Amino acid sequence: MPGRRRGRGRIGIVTLASPQDFRARLAAANGVEAVPERLAALADLARERRAFLETIQLDAALARTPGAGEGVETLRLALLSAGTTDHLLPAIRVAGLGRGLRLETWAAGYGQYRQALMDPASGLHAHAPEAVLFALVARDFLGAVPVTAGAEEAEAALEAAVADLRGLWARARAAGAGLVIQQSFLDLEPELFGGLDAVVPGAPARLVAALNARLAAAAGAEGVLWLDVARAAARDGLDAWHDPLRWLQAKMAIRMEAGPAYGEMVARLLAAARGRSRKCLVLDLDNTLWGGVIGDDGLAGIVLGEGSGPGEAHLALQRYARALKARGIILAIASKNEASVAEAALREHPEMLLRPGDFAAMAINWTDKAANLRAIAESLNIGLDALVFVDDNPVERAQVREALPMVAVPELPADPALYVRAIAAGGYFEAASFTADDAARAGQYAANRERADLAAAAGDMEDFLGALAMEVDFGPVDALARPRATQLINKTNQFNTTTIRRSEAEVAEMAARPGAVTLWFRLADRFGDNGIVSVMLMVPGAAGELELVNWVMSCRVFGRQLEDEALNIAVEAARAAGAGAIRADFVPTEKNGVIRDLFPKLGFVPGAEPQEWVLDLADYAARPTRIARKETGPR
Amino acid sequence: MTDAEILETLTRILRDLLGEPGIVLTPATTRPEVPRWDSFSYVTFIVAVEVEYGIKFHLTDVESFETVGEIVAKIKELKA
Repeated sequence: MPGRRRGRGRIGIVTLASPQDFRARLAAANGVEAVPERLAALADLARERRAFLETIQLDAALARTPGAGEGVETLRLALLSAGTTDHLLPAIRVAGLGRGLRLETWAAGYGQYRQALMDPASGLHAHAPEAVLFALVARDFLGAVPVTAGAEEAEAALEAAVADLRGLWARARAAGAGLVIQQSFLDLEPELFGGLDAVVPGAPARLVAALNARLAAAAGAEGVLWLDVARAAARDGLDAWHDPLRWLQAKMAIRMEAGPAYGEMVARLLAAARGRSRKCLVLDLDNTLWGGVIGDDGLAGIVLGEGSGPGEAHLALQRYARALKARGIILAIASKNEASVAEAALREHPEMLLRPGDFAAMAINWTDKAANLRAIAESLNIGLDALVFVDDNPVERAQVREALPMVAVPELPADPALYVRAIAAGGYFEAASFTADDAARAGQYAANRERADLAAAAGDMEDFLGALAMEVDFGPVDALARPRATQLINKTNQFNTTTIRRSEAEVAEMAARPGAVTLWFRLADRFGDNGIVSVMLMVPGAAGELELVNWVMSCRVFGRQLEDEALNIAVEAARAAGAGAIRADFVPTEKNGVIRDLFPKLGFVPGAEPQEWVLDLADYAARPTRIARKETGPR
Repeated sequence: MTDAEILETLTRILRDLLGEPGIVLTPATTRPEVPRWDSFSYVTFIVAVEVEYGIKFHLTDVESFETVGEIVAKIKELKA
């Protein structure tokens, strides 16, 4: 099996940095008494390159460390599998820890997934999973289709398989799982015809491919997350992911050596659903965005563009960054350079794909990279844990890893031709959903640079807000707004009053309750439309009261008086719904300190419980803001 | 590569796998003598050995090894 030994079974997580002396550091971590510090030490190890044996050791240490720690979120996951899972669960738990998730896992005995779902007394229901992962094998669904099946018969079998799986998803949801994950089916079929395997309606390989295509579409329609193991196997080779010996011997559908990479993929999806994916790609310039050193080689001397292999390699990185930007990833620059020289290259080089306007932040100076990354995160108002830092220089990478362990720093290969693959393999920007608002986001951040210039030019805050010419649009969280509203609820960490996460189904259910008031807010200004940036969910509570159970706002629009105008609108809507008061809880977290005083500032008074706040609507006077309501009014 | 070297490597792997630094393997050791060396951790052990030496045992061998010494002998044979 060619390639099997490459990296000693470490496929898929090659962009993680190699650990130095794993054994000693694991022993040191195990020796730490305090649980939060021990978890942090284990999490550091979980973020480094590891094979399955090291993963098992880390998991054993994790099992001896109960509870969560700072910045670690607990999540209950159930794995429903057609095969053995004992080798996958440790890998999932360890990879989760590396992404700030403490995963409490439960797995059905192999092949027992239907019973687990249907029997209300099963361990699955007792586990009360927030996420359910289906890891099944195609033969269980399509094995009965004869190779002689005509197009219609094959079609009917595929439809039945999709309907069956959708039924399983519905049962998982009914068991309380807001997150349902479906693993794509590996094509384990031997060649039967050859090329015709992709053509003959009843050929097993065609059936698997068709099932994956149809199921992915169904998953998209139902908000089910797609764990694309089949694509990973297409990239790495099926042998890297599946070993027929281990399937026969121990019913391992995913081979032992692929466990760590599998765990990473699962953890990425869960982290994405919990708003823990990265948001910003920070690029170095010399020998990264282009070949050579602009300060030494000059505009004509740097290597970039069509016509030479190395030039195209750097161009490919720019193209990849531009594609990421088009799906909403923010771009930034951190480079040790003379700013005027580097910016001139970005503006004037004829082959340059990325131009200054593509970047939301540029830190081009002689300061160290860690300080510049801090400045970039601050200027964008995002966490350092939202950054991915790409630099060809191993010394710079090591400095950043040491100073800012929360920044993701992919290990780049020596050859620029492989940069794109290395960054992509890190899976930093995994997304649980994709909306039009996402696509526009990177441009909006770039527009924030212009807003900052305006702020600098304006005399004071009021002048600045007035000059922005802001306009708010709003409406109830209906089917159209639900995907983006749910995404915002699940991704927002800073302006988030309760940090209670919701599935789309839950949001729909809450919005449908009689007397509930749900609102989305969209903010536009002279620099562009920010999209839906805030969501409120209020459900009827005690008589005459609405409970504000979720209020989130994107950090992009902090300090723009939107919280005041949103409350004005919410009060009007609450009054129209017949409510006399709004009651709100504030649940402090490590990340929402920015709104610690939100409710008292907005005129809420303390309720009976600590961190419970009440707003009497009878004496509420609309708060003055510089935000106009959109002419068309609420939709 | 001597028998002793291989035995030392196998011991290290099993200690890491089971988290038992006190494990001592001899050519005569059988699986039931080692606490928690169950059928699943045996498969894990076998894969770890395969990765370590860049070899692949036949399924029949994996299911017929009685003693650690037999595993050592098979490794030597496959590496020869």
